[in-house]
Amino acid sequence: MTAITRSDVEHLARLARLDLSEEELDHYAGQLDVILQSVARVSEVAADDIPPTSHPIPMENVFREDVARPGLDRDIVAAGAPAWEDDRFRVPRILDEE
Amino acid sequence: MAATASAMEGDLTRQNASVLARSIAEGEVSAEEVTQAHLDRIAGVDERVHAFLHVRGDDAIEAARAIDRKRAAGVELGPLAGVPLALKDVLTMKGVPTTCGSRVLEGWRPPYDSTVVERLKAADVVILGKTNMDEFAMGSSTEHSAYGPTRNPWDLERIPGGSGGGSAAALASFEAPLAIGSDTGGSIRQPAAVTGTVGVKPTYGGVSRYGLVALASSLDQAGPCARTVLDTALLHAAIAGHDPRDSTSIDASVPDVVGAARRGDVRGLRVGLVKELSGEGYQAGVSQRFDEAVRILEGLGAEVVEVSCPHFEYALGAYYLILPSEASSNLAKFDGMRYGLRAGDDGRHSVEEVMALTREAGFGAEVKRRIMIGTYALSSGYYDAYYGQAQKVRTLITRDFNAAFEKADVLVSPTAPTTAFKIGDKVDDPIAMYLNDIATIPVNLAGNAAMSLPIGLAPEDGLPVGLQIMAPPMADDRLYLVGSALESALLDTWGHLLIEEVPAL
Repeated sequence: MTAITRSDVEHLARLARLDLSEEELDHYAGQLDVILQSVARVSEVAADDIPPTSHPIPMENVFREDVARPGLDRDIVAAGAPAWEDDRFRVPRILDEE
Repeated sequence: MAATASAMEGDLTRQNASVLARSIAEGEVSAEEVTQAHLDRIAGVDERVHAFLHVRGDDAIEAARAIDRKRAAGVELGPLAGVPLALKDVLTMKGVPTTCGSRVLEGWRPPYDSTVVERLKAADVVILGKTNMDEFAMGSSTEHSAYGPTRNPWDLERIPGGSGGGSAAALASFEAPLAIGSDTGGSIRQPAAVTGTVGVKPTYGGVSRYGLVALASSLDQAGPCARTVLDTALLHAAIAGHDPRDSTSIDASVPDVVGAARRGDVRGLRVGLVKELSGEGYQAGVSQRFDEAVRILEGLGAEVVEVSCPHFEYALGAYYLILPSEASSNLAKFDGMRYGLRAGDDGRHSVEEVMALTREAGFGAEVKRRIMIGTYALSSGYYDAYYGQAQKVRTLITRDFNAAFEKADVLVSPTAPTTAFKIGDKVDDPIAMYLNDIATIPVNLAGNAAMSLPIGLAPEDGLPVGLQIMAPPMADDRLYLVGSALESALLDTWGHLLIEEVPAL
């Protein structure tokens, strides 16, 4: 397995939407590498003919009746929002400026 | 013996839940008095223990009064009516702050009850408040809570286990006789082991996950915690069973856990010792108490056999790939847009920048580590080597369990390799911290049921040791059959429960 570099951590942080500080990038670069080295042993045992398990209890397609049910109360949702305006969530700008 | 005593004799906070429930039902004491006694205890000791993140105070008293009124009106009450409970802060309760131990959810009040809470309310259990935990249940010591660590009532310099250290410490400091935990890799069982209390991870799908804030959805399971096996069974029965709002909930009747706890019989039962969960890496006093407990089970008529689970040595590696992968996906929703913290919203930053600033400010170090490990393990080019391989190991572990359960009805091991360690000892050494879960993780990967119960103090440090019992999926009753038999035998030997030996706070 390849080692995790500082720039790998920077890339991962960007993908995961984490605005890490310079110190954090240094710190995690070493730690993530140690963690990944220690878990990499899983590849020693799992042969091609072993099926993967994604879920402990085999089940599929659990449906409910297709009937309308009330959603959450709007006022309660608004009370928990970080910013609320004109009966909607207010969010920062989505598009970059020209 | 405490179990036959009346709650009127002595301190209400020292009583078991089953005794309190009977005394309330018979009118010897009111639910309000019982609740007030526990709130007073919390006020007296929680500054030092820090088991609670939020105490409901007047609301808990009001809930208790409502139960007293129902009783006075002759309304039939449940078997735990009026008994106080400590709720892990990972389960939603409408209008009550739910933080999961994280700054990102500070001040958030959920708009709905989790199914577990709904069932507790229906059972007339009084919810005292929310207990401390490692942030988003990531940890084995409760040191990763954004609100400061919980301390172990046996020694305030030591960890109470994690992630459910708050619930376990609340039980061990007599702040509550019942608690709810959640167990993704051992977060109910390991805290139970290091605090001298009882905890059960039910079969995956046995208790609804609706309203349980997800860490790793294919591993998470809420479950009961208490100071005795019978109390744990009564709570298990109150919260378990099918829920259409959780698509992974098992649509079958709940095993008779209360009947099994009352019966407590191991005669003729085959108890398997898992070879791979002993020896090197286990503290001497832990191994000693474990060996003694196995001999007690043998003396009670159990047939002890050795079983081998050769792939368990890969469980930790598989777990620390599967868990971060699922967690990195589940925690993507904490983006500061619809609820919780928002940082950097100053009109200059874009939405993506605000998300990144929010998550940077709102998440602690362990959460960031695991999100990045998971992001890496799921990224293209690495998916097959990490996540794909880990899922295959999961299959091998399930096969190991299946083979072992052909030779044995239950399996046993020490719950944790050591007793409680000192606060600060492992907090910045992730690998050392992860090794705490070595004996508890295989059960989560396979979806089995498991219990931890106290079996004595390690001679070298005088701290509690736990024994883990593992049963096949939907055979949760076997945990209680074995646990109760062992608990009774130890009670006969000691003349009291182990928890009675906890130092006064």
